[in-house]
Order: sequence, then C-alpha cells, then structure tokens
Amino acid sequence: MQNLVEIRDLRVKATTDAGNVLPIIKGVSFDIAPGEIVALIGESGSGKTTIALTLMGHTRKGCEITGGEILLSGQDVVRMTEAQRQAMRGTEVAYVPQSAAAAFNPALRLIDQVVEVAKIHGTMPMAEARAKAIDLFRALALPDPETIGNRYPHQVSGGQLQRLSAAMALIGGPKLVIFDEPTTALDVTTQIEVLRAFKSVMKERGMAGVYVSHDLAVVAQIADRIVVLKGGEVQEIGATAQILHHPAHPYTNELLSAFEPRTFARAADPVAANAQVPVLEVSHVFAGYGPLGADRLPHKLVLKDVGCRLEKGCNLGVIGESGSGKSTLARAIAGLLPPAKGKVLLNGELLEPASAQRSKEDLRRLQIVFQLADTALNPARSIGDILGRPLTFYHGLKGAARQARIAELLEMVRLPRTMMHRLPAELSGGQKQRVNLARALAANPEVILCDEITSALDTVVAAAVIDLLKELQRELDLSYVFISHDLSTVQAICDEVMVMNGGETVETLRARDLPDGARHPYSRLLFDSIPQLDTGWLDRIPARVA
Amino acid sequence: MAVSFPTPRRLGYRLNWTGALAALVVLFWALTAIIGPWFMPHDPGEIVDFDFFGPITDQLWLGSDYLGRDMFSRILMGARYTVGISLAAVVLACASGVILGMTAAVSGGWFDTVLSRLFDALNSIPSKLFGLVMVAAVGSSIPVLILVLAVIYLPGAFRFARALAVNINTMDYVTVARARGERTPYLIMNEILPNMTGPVLADVGLRFVFIVLLLSGLSFLGLGVQPPYADWGSLVRENIGGLPFAAPAVIMPSLAIATLTISVNLLIDNLPTKIRDRSE
Amino acid sequence: MSSPIPRLVLGRLGIAAITLLIVSVVVFGATQMLPGDVAEILLGQSATPEAVAGLRKAMNLDQPAIMQYGSWLWGLLRGDLGTSYANSMPVADLIGGRLVNTLRLGAVTAAIAVPLALSLGIATAMYRGTAFDRAVNACIIAVISVPEFMIATLAVLVFAVWLKWLPALSVNSDIDSITQMLRVFAMPVITLLCVICAQMIRMTRAAMISVLDSPYVEMALLKGASRSRMVLRHALPNAVGPIVNAVALSLSYLVGGVIIVETVFNYPGIARLMVDSVATRDLPLIQGCAMIFCIGYLILITVADLIAILSNPRLR
Repeated sequence: MQNLVEIRDLRVKATTDAGNVLPIIKGVSFDIAPGEIVALIGESGSGKTTIALTLMGHTRKGCEITGGEILLSGQDVVRMTEAQRQAMRGTEVAYVPQSAAAAFNPALRLIDQVVEVAKIHGTMPMAEARAKAIDLFRALALPDPETIGNRYPHQVSGGQLQRLSAAMALIGGPKLVIFDEPTTALDVTTQIEVLRAFKSVMKERGMAGVYVSHDLAVVAQIADRIVVLKGGEVQEIGATAQILHHPAHPYTNELLSAFEPRTFARAADPVAANAQVPVLEVSHVFAGYGPLGADRLPHKLVLKDVGCRLEKGCNLGVIGESGSGKSTLARAIAGLLPPAKGKVLLNGELLEPASAQRSKEDLRRLQIVFQLADTALNPARSIGDILGRPLTFYHGLKGAARQARIAELLEMVRLPRTMMHRLPAELSGGQKQRVNLARALAANPEVILCDEITSALDTVVAAAVIDLLKELQRELDLSYVFISHDLSTVQAICDEVMVMNGGETVETLRARDLPDGARHPYSRLLFDSIPQLDTGWLDRIPARVA
Repeated sequence: MAVSFPTPRRLGYRLNWTGALAALVVLFWALTAIIGPWFMPHDPGEIVDFDFFGPITDQLWLGSDYLGRDMFSRILMGARYTVGISLAAVVLACASGVILGMTAAVSGGWFDTVLSRLFDALNSIPSKLFGLVMVAAVGSSIPVLILVLAVIYLPGAFRFARALAVNINTMDYVTVARARGERTPYLIMNEILPNMTGPVLADVGLRFVFIVLLLSGLSFLGLGVQPPYADWGSLVRENIGGLPFAAPAVIMPSLAIATLTISVNLLIDNLPTKIRDRSE
Repeated sequence: MSSPIPRLVLGRLGIAAITLLIVSVVVFGATQMLPGDVAEILLGQSATPEAVAGLRKAMNLDQPAIMQYGSWLWGLLRGDLGTSYANSMPVADLIGGRLVNTLRLGAVTAAIAVPLALSLGIATAMYRGTAFDRAVNACIIAVISVPEFMIATLAVLVFAVWLKWLPALSVNSDIDSITQMLRVFAMPVITLLCVICAQMIRMTRAAMISVLDSPYVEMALLKGASRSRMVLRHALPNAVGPIVNAVALSLSYLVGGVIIVETVFNYPGIARLMVDSVATRDLPLIQGCAMIFCIGYLILITVADLIAILSNPRLR
C-alpha cells in the first residue's frame, strides 16, 4: 500500500540568539500509512514538535530545514513553493495545537475561526461549513453544539477549547491531522474526555494522525505505532504494543521504567505516630486574596477550612488539579500568604500567620522549595552565594566554615563541589533542582514544603530527584510536605496523601491504600482518570456521568 | 566572599560592527568632553577672524562663527557642557528613579500607589513644556538645568525600573528570600538589582539621548546654557544666521549632536540581547 | 453578566481628573518658585516699598499660596485664565486666536501622519528583516536621534535655500489662496511629520510584531492563511489597543515639536506665544499655555486608553 507520508533523512538546524547554528533534527526517517496514527514521543528537546511542524512545511523562528524530503501523497513538502504550502495547509494536513487557549484569536468568535479553513480555501459554502462545524462539535461531545460557536475563546473552558481546536483542524477534511501535545496543559479529569473525543472522531473518519507527546500512557491509548525520539534522532520505531511490552532500545526501557508503580515502602513504620505531637499541624485554615470582607475572610477565598497533620519523619502528599488550592496551602503554611483564619503549629507551637512576624528560628525550621528551578535560583549569583546566604543568615557562618559547609551541602545533593563557582544558567534542570533543595537543607530544617518540585523535570530526572529526597530523609530526619498533581510521584514518596479540590480537603488516605482505597467520588474520578500504560485502558473506563 | 565571583565572561558577550563603531564614537565624544578643552587652538571667546561665518581653513579647522570666533574651539568647549550636563542629569534621574522604583515594587502598598500616581501625572506634562515652565520660573543656570532635566526624566526612569522590579519580584528566588525572613534592603540590593543592571544601563543610554535632545532644544530656544558659555544647542542658535550660506558654524554643532545621539542609539540597539533584556 | 466596561471607563476618567489636578498643582507650584516677588519684578528695583505692597495687595499676593492656588484653579474652571502681566490683556483673549492656528497646524500634520505612519508601521512589521524594513528603521533611528530644530533647519536649507520652493517663514496673515496656504504650512508640517511619523512607525511596528509573534497568528498560518489575511484579519484586531496608544503617544510629540517648529518658522501659534512669554516672565500667560497643552495631551492619552478598553474583546 502506498504510504501517505514518507519522511527521509530529515534535517533541521536552529540558529540561537547568540548566532550559533545547531542541528536539532539529525536525519529522521519514518512513514505514515493512510488512516494510521503515529505517535512521536520523547522528552523536551527531542525535536518531536519540530518534526511535526515540518510536515506542514513550517518551522519556528530561527529554524530551517536543511536536508531530506517529506513526501505527502507523493509531493515533497520541503521543495514546495510558499503558495503550494498555503494551499496544502488546512486541507491536506491540519494542526491541533498544544495550547488551544493561546491558539484561538481572542478577538474573533469561535465559529468564525473554526470555519476559516473552508473560507480560505473556498472548499464549501459558508452555510455548509457552519453545519459541518456543528456536526463536529456534536461528534466531539461539546455542550450546546448549536450555539457554542457564537462565543469568544475566553468564554469557554480549556478542555472545550481543545476540542474546538480539533474541530477547527477537521473541518477541511484533511488526510493527516497533527496533534501537538494537545492534552498536556489539561488536568487529568479533563484530559480523559478530550482524548476520548479525539479517538472516536479519528476512528470514525479514518484519518491519519501524528500524535506528539511526552506521555507514553496517553499515547498508548490512541496511537497505532510509536516513534521514540531523543536529541533529534529516532531511537526506535514499533507498533504500540511492541514498544510498551517488548522495547528493543535501552532508552525506551528507561522511559517505561519511570511508569512502574513504585509505592513508598519503608523498612519499618515510622515511630508509633499518634503518641507524639505532630511536627506540623494545620487546622481550619482559610486563606485567599483581596480585601477582607464583612466575615473577616478575603474577597477571593482559595482555601476553605483546610487541615492536615504531618508526623515527624513522615511525608504528607497533597494532590489535586489546577485550582485545587494545593500550592496556596504551601504558601499559607510558609506564611507567604498569611491565613485569614486558622492555625499552623510547628512541633505543637503556634506560628505567626505572616512570615515577616515569625522568628528566625521558626523560619529556619520550615523551608519551602519551588516548582521551577529556573526561577527559584537568582541568575545573577553563583551557586556558592546562593547556598551561602542561608548559612550566614540563620547560622552566622563566615569564611572557611561557610565554604566547607557549602561543599558539604553540594555533596549531600550529589553535586561536585566545584559547582559552587558556577552560575545557575550553566546548570541543567535536574542540577538546578538539586541546588534548590540544598538551599533548603542549608537551614537545617525539620520540615520541607516541596511544591511540585519534579513537575517541570523529565521523567527520568524526576525519578532521580525523588530517590535523593528519600536518601536525605534517612540521613537528616526530615519530614516533607509533597505537593503534586501527579499521583505516581506522590505515591513514590508519601505515607499519607491528602486529596484537594476547589480549596477543600476531599479526603486523606494512607499511601499504601492508593488508588483503590479511595472512597470519595472525586478522588475516585481523579485516580481513575490517570492514564495507564495499557492500550485498552481508555476504552474500559466508563464515560463520566456529568 | 573570597571565592565567589560571577562569571559573565564565560557567557560570551559579543558586539557587532555597527555596535563597535557606535561605541567608538561615543567614546570619542566622552574623551573630548574630558580632555578636549586642553587641545583648543584658540580661546573660545576670542575673536580671531575679521570675517564672520568664515569657511574651513588651515587656521580655523571648522570655520568661524557669527562674531568671527574659532568654531573648533567652541565645539570642543561645548562638548563639555552638552555631555557634562546631560550625564549629570541622567545619572541623577536614573539613580533616584531606579532606587524609588525598586522600593515601590518590593514594598507595594500605599508607597507604591502614591508614587506611581504622582509620577504618572508628572509624565503627562510634555517634557519641553515642563522645561519651559521651570526655566521661566527659576531662571536658567547650569545647576538648575541639571536639576530640571533630572526631574523631567525621573518619572520615566521610575516607571521603567518599577516595571522590571515588579517582574523580578514575582520570581521564586525572591519569594524564597522573603520566606527566609530577609528584609527589604537585602531583597532590593542582592536579589533584584543584580538582575536588572543590563536593561537599566540600556535605559540610561536612551534617557541620555532624550536629555541631550531636550537640552539642545532648550538652548536652541535660548532657555538653556546662557552666554558667554555655550553648549552645542546654543552654538546652533547663535549661528542660525549662517544657515542661508550653509556656514560650517551652524552645520558643525548640529553634526556634533547628531553623531553623539545616533551613536548612543545605535550602540544600545546593537547590544547583545542577553544584556539588554535579561529580565523581560 | 454585567459588563465591566462602564466601571473601567469611569475609573479611567477619574484617573484623568486626578492627574489633571496634580498637573495643575505642579504648574502653579513651579511658577511659585520664582525667586523674589512678582510685584518687585514687575515694578523694577527702583520701586518704593509702598508701591510694591500696594501691587501685592491688588494681585492677592499677600494671601497664602494655597488660597492663591484655589482662586487660580477656580478661575481656570470658569475659563478665566487671569490677566497678562506684560500687556494687561486677559490671557484667554491672547491665547484664543493663537490656539486655533496651532490646532490647525496639528490637525493637518495628524491627518497626514496617522495614515502614513500606520501603513508603514504595519508594512515593516509584516516584512520584518527585509531590506525595506531595515531601510525604514535606519531612517527612523536617524530622525529620532536628532533634535527637532535640526530637522527644521535642514528643511529650510533644502526647500528654502537650495531649492527655493518655499518661504522660510510662515506668516498666517496673507493667506488668500490654497497654494499660498500650502506654502505657508508646508515647512512646519514637513518638519513635524518627520518627528511624529518616526515615533509612530516605531511604536506601531513594535505593537504589531508582538501580536504577529502570538500563537494564534501561527495557527492562522497553519490553516493556510495568506500573509495579508494573517495580518489584517488575525493580528490587526488585537493590535488596535496598542496601536491607538502608540498613535496617541506619538501625537503627544507634537507638543514638543510644535514649540520648536513655531519658533523656527515664526508661526503665530500658542507655542510661540508661550516661548515669548517665558522671555518676559509673564506668569499667567505661561500657566495658561501650559495648562492648555497638558489638557490636550491628557485628552489624547485618555481617549486612547478608552479605545483600548472598548476594543478588548475579553470585556465585551
């Protein structure tokens, strides 16, 4: 059978701001059969999105195709004129972007943007295009298919926008649809609905697709074949089942191993907990933003009566979707957003609500580590300075003693001591997150609040950071509050898990009972929505009754 | 602090040809302002030519002015006034603007609101108009000029620095420092200022150009540097009568202003983006 | 769902009012910094103390500054700008005809500058990095880097001295035909155009580029849209706010430009009046002119902000 797409020895180079030229795609070849969905999978920097965009004859600013050919129905996209490419975009190949919220023009009505492909290419009369759009809305399970198109992008939710962007891609009846991480920005409970809609619509119409993702579990649900990429080169190509169950390449194995469930198993249960005073106790906390109202609560309330306990030497996981208030909880505990009501106790002693009022000793014992290592380290200061400041601030260390302690801290997080002379920009993401952690350790804290610290890292790096956290806990008698949206990370390190939704505690569960021990319907929905490394998972999950 | 040295060299800044050329011209005028007056062939006040608006000769390298004085010496002298006054004003404006801007951004609250409102209002008085009113009220002398120019460009410097500092203030490393218990002066000096030096320096350059233009404009209107002293703007005003003969006396000071301001603008436009907008 | 627009519009108008109040304090305060006493200055050094005291009383100068400010502001609100020191005529009468002249100059300039600069600004943004873009940019840097008086003198040199097409001075009185009006306006307008257009092109280009770099424009490209469709249909509606702001800010350069241009070309407008009154230290006249310029500027900025609010689809 004739292939729909044949990519041969594709090469792309990028020019950086400093004027350096780097190859980013180094000779990639693969095929797509008609009606087949091929997934491009890889970590950040693997070139998966770049390859997908070249299928439309497009490269982002600073990038350029330098070699190879991309045959689409026998025509070479690389050698097309700009006019030929314009004619092909939207009708032959269509694109579903990563962030539909950014890809919809805020000034135009949704329906006008959805039918625009038909208008540009003159493929059908406008009335017919509108009718087809409404059909697509219905097929994609959008609410109010007749009228939703009359709204503006800011008036619909993220998951709906993502489905609308699929309608926008499908309206021209393309032979190939490119999905560029279309569910990455969504919460899991939304992701499952969107995935389901994509899958049914693609199957029904028999269109071929390219599905770009970093998440093997998502890809397992929708792709026929998987192309594993790393550093702009193909590592392995195979049928989905083969890649998942019999990977040939060590890198594929590495990717897969990050998915293995790793429940946190302690040698011994930590000290008979309940007899002791908990190291951190939060009770009936209300916090939010804006001026206080008549009820002495802030105008925009984020946390509503949240409470939790953290026993010494234990780890508490806080899990929830975006907007659940989990990060706000960390800020409230740290005193960055002083709670309007409620108490935070450290070793049974009441803490002042605002960090500015707390004593240096209280501040020292409770440290916070943030999600994005990039913004958490001051780019103008050396690693040594960054680690040295808390040493001087809390412990009054100076000169040689300070230097020695900095070296010790770097060793603790498994970094070479020479790194103290480097600037943050010279470090990799994983290294930065380790320095970030070392800065918290410099205070000799008792409790560390970890706010999504592994979310921005690639899976393999994230797993190493989790292992480091566990080792440090053994050595230093720490307790962690571990905030994440990702159940498997939380499971890997926590004793107890608190599920949050809409600023309230849903329920608190023992980690070893997860995920099946969940009783509350929301926690069940949340846990059930997490994609499994299993090709049949999506089809087995019953549709959400909403 | 024995072993801690940041390493900007390793990050490799490079200037392109236009930028390098512009930097040379700026350097040339800076040097002229400092040491130029020692190389004056004539006293700038002395009448050396019987002819006025004389042409360029071996004796008078840039011709003579409306009284027959040596233009070359007068331009060398004028460099000191134009560059000196502008530099003093820009340093005054930017230093106070940056300090106030950072403080407003970090402390927030009423301090920020009042200052921002006030400076926004000052900003809505067109600069030349403000200059006119102030000079009319207080009279024109060099200290007054410096102060007026600084006051006029303070709101802009404040607004620029505040916007930068507000962005940096939301960074997690500032939040971490705050959670550590650091006080405002530490936050400003150690966490925020080091991360905005590049953009602030570029802004100082732009504002320097504005100030040179405004000072020249005021002098051209006869409200800037007063005789017997003369900056480049006053030189154009004095010799405007030579315009119909395209006398060097009116063209040369104009060229001096243009080369200085265009070079500064080109230098900033060609700075490596890494320096110019690191925190944007 | 109640629209937030009325609240935003009212807020913006409130801010404009507060700003105007602060500006009036500054303008009044600046003229109070005069060393010595207006009465002494007016009467000269040989005046007797009695004469000075009498004049002070007549001019209400013996009252505290706040009272003087109050009565000045009250007068301002009623359109009474005080009496000129120099020739004892009401300031409003002195300004009246001159203001019309200046407005005419500004209007002619704006009518040419806005369409010209917008199309050039959008075109350079569309063809970013091409030779056309670079050439326009080089011109812009040259123009914004030199003082207005240089452009004016250059225009005189080229059009009046070398080409002898136009008179070097503008005198409004002897206009009796369209060609003559063109000749009178030509030089001031050409000079102002250079200044305004350079600023406006630069800002429009920047506003347009930031919109053209947004993901929804890339999305339009990937739908097969042509370059003109991407710009006109997708980018422009979102750039209206920033562009209107750029236009207003650039037009405010008119104020600075007009001061120089009226002086160089001897054009009988309000800016020339003000420069002359600075020479004679005619404070009421200076205050009056300054307030008129500030109000004009504020109106421009406020209208631009209001258009930006109204053009934001998120607020509809």
